[in-house]
Amino acid sequence: MKLKTATFGVLAASTMLAGAASAQTTLGLWYHGAGNEVESRILNGIIDDFNAAQSDWSVTVESFPQESYNDSVVAAALAGNLPCILDVDGPVMPNWAWAGYMVPLPISEDALAGHLDATIGRWDGQVYSVGLWDAAVSLYARQSTLDELGLRTPTLASPWSGEEFMAALGAAKASGKYDYALDLGMAWTGEWYPYAFSPFLQSFGGDIVDRSTYKSAEGTLNGDAGIAFAEWWQSLFTEGYSPGTSQDPADRDSGFINGKYAFAWNGNWAAAATLDAGVDDVVFLPAPDFGNGSTIGAASWQFGVSSSCSHPEGAAAFVEFALQDKYLAEFSDGIGLIPSTKEAAAMTERYAEGGPLAVYFDLSKEQALVRPVTPGYVVAAKVFEKALADIANGADPADTLDAAVDEIDRDIENNQGYGH
Amino acid sequence: MAGKLTRSNRAGWLFALPGFSLLFLFIIIPFFFAFWLSLTNQRLVSPNPTEFVGLKNYSELLRLSVLTLEPERDDAGQIVRDANGEIRYPRVRTITRSGDFPEYRGMREWFRWQSGENAKVVVASNVVFMKALTNTLTFALFIVPLQGGGALLLALLINQKLRGINAFRTIYFMPVVISIVVISLLWRFIYDGEDGLLNNILAWLTFGFFEPVDWLGKSDTALGSIIAMSAWQAVGFHMVIWLAGLQTISPTLYEAAAIEGASKWQTFRYVTWPGLRNTAILVLIVITMQAFAIFAQIDVMTNGGPLDSTQTLVFQAVERGYGRQDISGGSTISVILFVMVLMISAVQGILTRERT
Amino acid sequence: MALVSAENRGLRLAARYATLTLVALVFMFPLVFMVVSSFKPDQQLLSDTSSLRAFLPVGDISLDNYYAAFRRAPIGLFMLNSVFVTVTTVLLSILLCSLAAFSFVFLEWTGRNVLLTIILATLIIPFETIAVPLLLFVSKLPWLGMEGIAWGWLNTYRVQIIPWIVDALTVFLFVQFFKDLPRELIEAARVEGASWFMIYRKIVMPLSGPVLATAAILKSLKMYNEQYLWPLIVVQDEAHRPVMVGLGYFFQLQIAWGEVMAYLTLISVPVIGFYLLMQRAFISSIASTGVKG
Repeated sequence: MKLKTATFGVLAASTMLAGAASAQTTLGLWYHGAGNEVESRILNGIIDDFNAAQSDWSVTVESFPQESYNDSVVAAALAGNLPCILDVDGPVMPNWAWAGYMVPLPISEDALAGHLDATIGRWDGQVYSVGLWDAAVSLYARQSTLDELGLRTPTLASPWSGEEFMAALGAAKASGKYDYALDLGMAWTGEWYPYAFSPFLQSFGGDIVDRSTYKSAEGTLNGDAGIAFAEWWQSLFTEGYSPGTSQDPADRDSGFINGKYAFAWNGNWAAAATLDAGVDDVVFLPAPDFGNGSTIGAASWQFGVSSSCSHPEGAAAFVEFALQDKYLAEFSDGIGLIPSTKEAAAMTERYAEGGPLAVYFDLSKEQALVRPVTPGYVVAAKVFEKALADIANGADPADTLDAAVDEIDRDIENNQGYGH
Repeated sequence: MAGKLTRSNRAGWLFALPGFSLLFLFIIIPFFFAFWLSLTNQRLVSPNPTEFVGLKNYSELLRLSVLTLEPERDDAGQIVRDANGEIRYPRVRTITRSGDFPEYRGMREWFRWQSGENAKVVVASNVVFMKALTNTLTFALFIVPLQGGGALLLALLINQKLRGINAFRTIYFMPVVISIVVISLLWRFIYDGEDGLLNNILAWLTFGFFEPVDWLGKSDTALGSIIAMSAWQAVGFHMVIWLAGLQTISPTLYEAAAIEGASKWQTFRYVTWPGLRNTAILVLIVITMQAFAIFAQIDVMTNGGPLDSTQTLVFQAVERGYGRQDISGGSTISVILFVMVLMISAVQGILTRERT
Repeated sequence: MALVSAENRGLRLAARYATLTLVALVFMFPLVFMVVSSFKPDQQLLSDTSSLRAFLPVGDISLDNYYAAFRRAPIGLFMLNSVFVTVTTVLLSILLCSLAAFSFVFLEWTGRNVLLTIILATLIIPFETIAVPLLLFVSKLPWLGMEGIAWGWLNTYRVQIIPWIVDALTVFLFVQFFKDLPRELIEAARVEGASWFMIYRKIVMPLSGPVLATAAILKSLKMYNEQYLWPLIVVQDEAHRPVMVGLGYFFQLQIAWGEVMAYLTLISVPVIGFYLLMQRAFISSIASTGVKG
């Protein structure tokens, strides 16, 4: 016990200083950014500003490592120990809302005017969460590579068709200058797979589940479009265009920068690092169009209210406060994400009109499609991830998709339709 | 005779009770709860009420059937063969996904064999579980002799009076000091298919003749690679147990053996090994238990892939219970694992029982 | 004649050391890689992994990773937490497990075999599979503190300690070693009227140096290195987080490998120190533990 007192004396003292200010009601906030200095500093800045700006509420933050954040929240919910304000990954929100971890966010629609669609989390006709930023994925290439290989530079209005894309990969491979033509980021297991790769499936005309009913994946995931997608997906690996599931994680981080790969399918969060590493002529291209439009995934981390919060209005006050453009811009400058509003984007270094990453704001605005908005997404995403990994490793595309459909449908059935 | 001196109900219970109560509270009760969960449809995250479903979870994991596929025939009734001369069969999905055979709905091919001109296909309701089961058994089968034997050799090697032996003992123990999660991360670099350290070393040893292997990326090398790494990592752990066992053997016995002129092998066979009996049982059982619990290496290195070649039971239990929020399904796998290992250790117990 | 044998002995000694060294290389390399890498910038660290440079402190060597690691996470706090939890658990574990093992080996009492069988059966239960039931359980448990009864054990040290004190492996370890102790000594003491606790304390424990050290080493490894899932779900405040949960701080989208290596090097120091301490105290004293008289 002595040890405990000694160690935490310092901590206790600092909390007491903060709490001594007034008789504010304390609201806990959980955040996924432990270990990320910049992110923590900005968030703490917002919280300090908020606590000083009014006298009703005092927000205190607890940060968790991102990789295990969801597990921590689920455990806390089971044990009845949730904080007031929850940070939640966009596609996971319906699961938590349906399970009763979260309640609607009592925020006015006015406060959300002008926000990118995907930054607002809606479930069951109500707003549950709002994000200060979005993330987007694009095809990284060097302009010099495109010129050398004689490739047209695709644009938002006219992206590459599937054939053009495959021709580009073929040209890159034939040049013999790269270890692989395309880095898909297979080393990043987990949510990256459904987030980054399901838009290809959607462009083929399939999807992870049937969004009109959310009751089944039969015919949507394993229909003709799905099988065409899966065969194309497998060909990326059998033809040697992309490194497979055993990709070295370090190569994922630096392979494109080092010139190992001609193209990389990567998120905007890696864009700044690529520019900083001296790849001056990097261009961020939209996804290829396989017939049903060029599309990318959307929705990132957002704030919402937990069901054990006795003051949702306080939580909403904080979220509304945090949604100020200056904070959106600050986060964007700090950690490289896409600010939720045009006004905030204009205040940033990189996303302002003419900035090096401005293209991402347009990508998010024009092409973003949120992942299936259903509590069942969490499980379907896992099933989809495994199916993609198996097909990449040579499993039969149709059989694998069938198995995935069976598993997704069984899960929906076991959950009595997930409330749809 | 001894019984009289050692019989004491009061002291016996008094000494054992504190420890047993903690074990009972924190392991046995939760395990019974897990067993109960396996009989329900409990989800990890759900507002729906829990329902008792009997053995449904068990049958969903364990259901097996054998299908007989007849060769495809052309209009003339001739068997259709592909370019390699192999007989063509209708796809299994035409049966499992048709409305005509609802009993096979949701089942998948596990493996098949040839029977005359027909093919016999074993379909399972959960192929991944079946693969996890066989992989776990394979893992245990290889790791027990590798780790147990390797650790004993190390312990014998290190149990000599030499200057500086303590330094060696510490070094051999090093891999155990680092958490298995971290070791697995490091070995991903070593096993890397392109410019991994292992490929480079092998190429250097064979003057460049060695073709680089994607150790973790191929389904025929992935499990073997993980076995090798696991044996290497934990061998120091069991070395420590063997060492403690070696130290309970009295030096006078060795002195006696030396006076008798016993050879090294004879000394080991008639002095060391009999003295290690109890330690051997301990090591054997502990390695077996640890082998069946293999999880972290898989989680970090392969995620069960490629093509389920490294799926294991505990990995599946966690993947189902937490990843897929199917806590009752995950608990069911744990219960099956428990019963299976209990049976195996019963057999081990019979085999190692003192022959009197 | 004497000369030849001396030469032989020299050769054999050299061969012994050669074997020892060769084996040492096999076991040393990840640790060397870890420590060496902790001084390298990420780019160089990763490109070095394909050659033997991975094991050499060459190139751009600095302490930058250490500074960065300390800025990223409260490393001292995590280590203190882990050391405190580990030491407390190990001490209590050794006491309770050896007491139980003593009663299983040296005493005869009704229910002994049943209890021992149950304990050994729990060896098979992987923790991952009981984590959720256990979480629900401890979140409702009472605790008698300074301010009266408090409910729920979350966010404490005790929740990281008490459930882990007794484990089947440690009990089993003691049982197997106690079986090798000379029973005559105990019976003799019993005839002279010593109480069971006196026998435990004065006869059995002093003879158990090697097994005590072994149990302490193995248990501390488990507590220090493998406590991840449990603290993750029962500890929500940073103030009680242990080192393995702290590792998560370094796994951002772009993993800072150099910092990871620096962190790992730092947190390995207490474990290696503890092993050396135990080795010095017990394992190296082979000659002095002439147990079987």
